Amino acid sequence: MTELKVIVCMKVVPKPEEIRVDPETRRIERSQVRSEINPPDMNALEMALKLKDLHQARVILLSMGPPLFEKYLRVGLAMGADEAFLLSDQHFAGADTLATTYTLAKGIEKLGDPDLIICGEESSDGATGQVPPGIAEWLDQSQITLVTDLEVDLERQVVRGRREVRGGHEVLEVPTPAVVSVKTASNEPRFMDYEIKEDAFKGANVTVWTREDIEADEDYIGTPGSPTIVSGFEQAAVRERKREFLTGNRDEVVRRLVDLVQDLM
Amino acid sequence: MVASLYSVDDEQKTIWVFLDQVDGELERVSLEILSKGRQLADEAGWSLNGLLLGHQISDQVQRAIAYGADEIWIAEHPLLEHFTVDAYTHVVEKALVKGRPSVFLCGATPNGRDLAGRLAVRLRTGLNADCTDLRLDPQSGLLTSEVTGFGGGVIALLESPHHRPQMSTVRPGVFPLGDEDPNRVGLTHVMEIEIVEGMIPTKLIERVVGEGVDLTQTPVLVCGGRGIEGKFDMLQELADLMHGDVGATRPPVDEGHIERERQVGQTGVVCRPKIAFACGISGAFHFVVGIQDADFVVAINSDPNAPIFEYADICIVDDALQFIPALIEDIQKERTTSND
Repeated sequence: MTELKVIVCMKVVPKPEEIRVDPETRRIERSQVRSEINPPDMNALEMALKLKDLHQARVILLSMGPPLFEKYLRVGLAMGADEAFLLSDQHFAGADTLATTYTLAKGIEKLGDPDLIICGEESSDGATGQVPPGIAEWLDQSQITLVTDLEVDLERQVVRGRREVRGGHEVLEVPTPAVVSVKTASNEPRFMDYEIKEDAFKGANVTVWTREDIEADEDYIGTPGSPTIVSGFEQAAVRERKREFLTGNRDEVVRRLVDLVQDLM
Repeated sequence: MVASLYSVDDEQKTIWVFLDQVDGELERVSLEILSKGRQLADEAGWSLNGLLLGHQISDQVQRAIAYGADEIWIAEHPLLEHFTVDAYTHVVEKALVKGRPSVFLCGATPNGRDLAGRLAVRLRTGLNADCTDLRLDPQSGLLTSEVTGFGGGVIALLESPHHRPQMSTVRPGVFPLGDEDPNRVGLTHVMEIEIVEGMIPTKLIERVVGEGVDLTQTPVLVCGGRGIEGKFDMLQELADLMHGDVGATRPPVDEGHIERERQVGQTGVVCRPKIAFACGISGAFHFVVGIQDADFVVAINSDPNAPIFEYADICIVDDALQFIPALIEDIQKERTTSND
């Protein structure tokens, strides 16, 4: 049986609950914020590792970002991934979806002919969900997004994914190679394996590739490759509320609330 | 710099809207976008056009016109009956390159995101995802999209000044539906398309769709957070009494107490009910944005300093686990009495 080659795309994001905004400058304060692996990407890795449990598979982690991402990739290695690659170059900075998906696609091309590329549904900081279809388009591959279950048929070279849609689901089948995005919280990511943890953090190699390594076109990466610009930040308008406290014993409060609500309906 | 397939100099001063249909019926978000698009088009003196793909769906054309579209481009084919990203991206790309609209909008539904994500790369243009508001400068024709997701109640304004079309996906529920005018007149153009089975590698094996949860339409929304300790049955009982529906903050969803499609807020659904109840919810900003368009907010929390009270019209300092059953009982008693 041939070995399945699975690439898992991973991003490191600031913990959303720790993000603060400087009220004066309206800038996002990232310096004090701790980071984590984008939680949906943990579901993507778990799906890949489940395939590895079932088939002969090689699971490769791929990320794009600053060198500090390296230690997070080691967490993925300790969970059972086989190799980790980080696309890191100052020229990649400022990338929007178009430039990000181009850069990741170039990294995937360099890794060579995977059967599957698995991504999280979306990133918890950008929350666009547009990266998986974007990668699929650059690579001219099929895609199944929002997948909760995935089956691989190695003989027929197809994957079947159960995909969540509003009020139900559908099952789609596409030929491999294909890009799959995993529905957030659709599985329970495993813990790090203590047998391999030490090697993952001390011995294992995280390969860092620059723009030259993946032969990316300068016009397509970072700021030059990004059509989208952030023209400003604003504080979201908050509607003024009455903020009237109902006091008294519970029965009185209930009565007054019921009267109020009836007037509104 | 990367260049889009057609440039600003070649654009037509039009807004195009992808009319998402499921089982032959237009998605509500498409009508919401048409309602907003009509307003933007009127301010700028542009036209508003719809792009409708499917099989035997011509009965939906007048509906789109009634909600504000000036012209509809329609492509009908058996292979377009159900959405596949392969076929739809192909047909929409051809239509956009031909029509060269300045702005192209689509709903941030699962299919809309699949389509937009591929299309933006194919057209080499920018894409603003899951927008919560849109502005169009009548002079420059520049589209500004508002997105949340940066935390702390900050919205970012995104623009794509040098690439066309200016593409955004719009979050369902953020734009109110305009008035339907059945007598409105518009033009229909039938698109000639070439599409064969070999172009569609995606095979639909099974499709099971029932009554979906749609919190954006409910008149009464009863939301629960950590403080209700997973007792969503109790909230459902209250919601049923008031002909409403149940929503949740993120923690109970993550803990598996309730379906993710009921998550309200920045990464969930934005609702505009007449009354929203926030039960046992502390009031983190990413939740509050989900009910900020409610006409009236009632908050119940045992902590008098909970931030949720900043965002409520009626504030009740009490344990939601005790208060809600008392409220349910009172409403039931009243119903029984009035029925006698």
